[in-house]
Amino acid sequence: MGAPLGLVPFFLYTGIFLLVPTALVVVKAFLTADNRPTLGNLTALAEPQVRGALTHSLVLSAVTALGGAVLGALLSYAVASSPTDSVLRRVVTSASGVLSQLGGVTLAFAFIATVGFNGFVTVFLQRYGINLAGSTWLYEWNKGLVLVYLYFQIPLMVLVFLPSVDGLRPQWREATETLGGSGWDYWRHVGGPILLPSFLGATLLLFTNAFSAYATAAALISQGSPILPLQIGGAMSSEVVLGQENVGTAMALAMVVVVAVVMAFYALLDRRTSRWLAR
Amino acid sequence: MSGVPPPATPAGRVARGVLLLVFGTFFVLPLYAMLDFTTRLPDGSRTAATWRQAFSPSVMNDQYPELVQGIVNSLLLTVFTVALMLVLLLPTMIWVRLRVPRVRKVVQFVSLLPLTVPAIVLVVGLAPVYAWVTYFFGESSVLLAFAYVVIVLPYSYRALDAGLSAIDVTTLSEAARSLGASWLTVMVRVVVPNLRGAIMSAAFLSVAVVLGEFTIASLLSRDNLQTTINLIGKRDAQMAVAVSFAFLAIAFFLLFLLSFVGGVRALSGKQPSPEDAA
Repeated sequence: MGAPLGLVPFFLYTGIFLLVPTALVVVKAFLTADNRPTLGNLTALAEPQVRGALTHSLVLSAVTALGGAVLGALLSYAVASSPTDSVLRRVVTSASGVLSQLGGVTLAFAFIATVGFNGFVTVFLQRYGINLAGSTWLYEWNKGLVLVYLYFQIPLMVLVFLPSVDGLRPQWREATETLGGSGWDYWRHVGGPILLPSFLGATLLLFTNAFSAYATAAALISQGSPILPLQIGGAMSSEVVLGQENVGTAMALAMVVVVAVVMAFYALLDRRTSRWLAR
Repeated sequence: MSGVPPPATPAGRVARGVLLLVFGTFFVLPLYAMLDFTTRLPDGSRTAATWRQAFSPSVMNDQYPELVQGIVNSLLLTVFTVALMLVLLLPTMIWVRLRVPRVRKVVQFVSLLPLTVPAIVLVVGLAPVYAWVTYFFGESSVLLAFAYVVIVLPYSYRALDAGLSAIDVTTLSEAARSLGASWLTVMVRVVVPNLRGAIMSAAFLSVAVVLGEFTIASLLSRDNLQTTINLIGKRDAQMAVAVSFAFLAIAFFLLFLLSFVGGVRALSGKQPSPEDAA
């Protein structure tokens, strides 16, 4: 009888600092400032500024998820052929761990120092007549932000995808060769189909990762709020228009919905992945 | 067991080498550029002045008091977050395995939930909760530890769960209990010593996450390492870049150590598959 009591601290704590905040986002999205039910916050989502930010966020996340997945898979493949305990492996895995978490201020600094107005590469290329400092491309969501996001998306792909590549068994390749199949046949009919669910799942993971990132964009972009997380941040930290107090909450809810839908697809794919690849 | 054999042809080896070189350049260049920036003088010559200042406590206290405060806050936050996380999570997870296995999936769901609720969303719901925290405990930035325990929960849960799965908790505790140990003794003197690696992983991952946190601190108007670096960056970019580079190096070192015990994968942000809980 006393055993479940031991769980009280955990559920009390997560209740206050995780479940209540999450529930508040859902509930307040449907309330006015004086706590009366409304759908007004949701209609505010249709305003061009918010709709634009949502579209930008979706495009940015999709592009960097696909790009990161393809490039990260390529890198995983290049690394997978070296032994599990090699130095290259160890450096790549731990570097992927750090870089996939790297974001925000440090990442913004790193790219400003590289391709900003006085950046290392900018100055270097100027000697050859190539001018990177001619525009504010680095600070735009569809140019600079894509490049900067790839810097953490590719390592995340390596972290997620490398174990799957490692899960391919040499015996499968040998079996293909015994049956007269070429390297192409192996990838077309065996390796590719086995890795596909895991690849797609990882792509979805990368999508939510980019979609929910706030710090990098906040540190890099000081003009306007082109993506949804910045709109939410803006709604939280600035004076809001009367009657629009909970619009930020509605945007947060929209974000949870997108992430939840993508994650549901991810769970489906993951079940398929684990059929062949023991992890 | 690697399923991908090394390239058989010289052309394959060259292609692989080129690929690794291109990726290496893309990832090293921005880091190198940070170092380059912190040692550059306007006329193009080199100086170590910024780094000498950064490692001189008196200069830092004198010229960058808010930065020192931010660093101190973040270091305190790592200590409090790790301590609170372990006190909260470890006994719960052991208890669930030993006495109430039927709620294991619930605990797992709650622990991994922060992966689905992005920090920028969580902070929207945390703002009213923190109004109460401020009311009871004041405005200290160290109170962010309450929120940080939540964001490190999934990574810590995974690291500890992997550790717990590797040992036979039930047999260990039955042996200890039949010799007359109390539940407290079972946890502190029998289970925990067997989990040293997992506890280290959970702690390191948490430290890395807390040191890099910006979103929640910034939007709840508290000061930590990242928010002050961001602030200083507008006034003295070289010092800001130097300090952020230094902490990046620390995080890298922590995770490099962690790769020897194989804990880095917990960072991948993967959702659990149904089989994981079985």
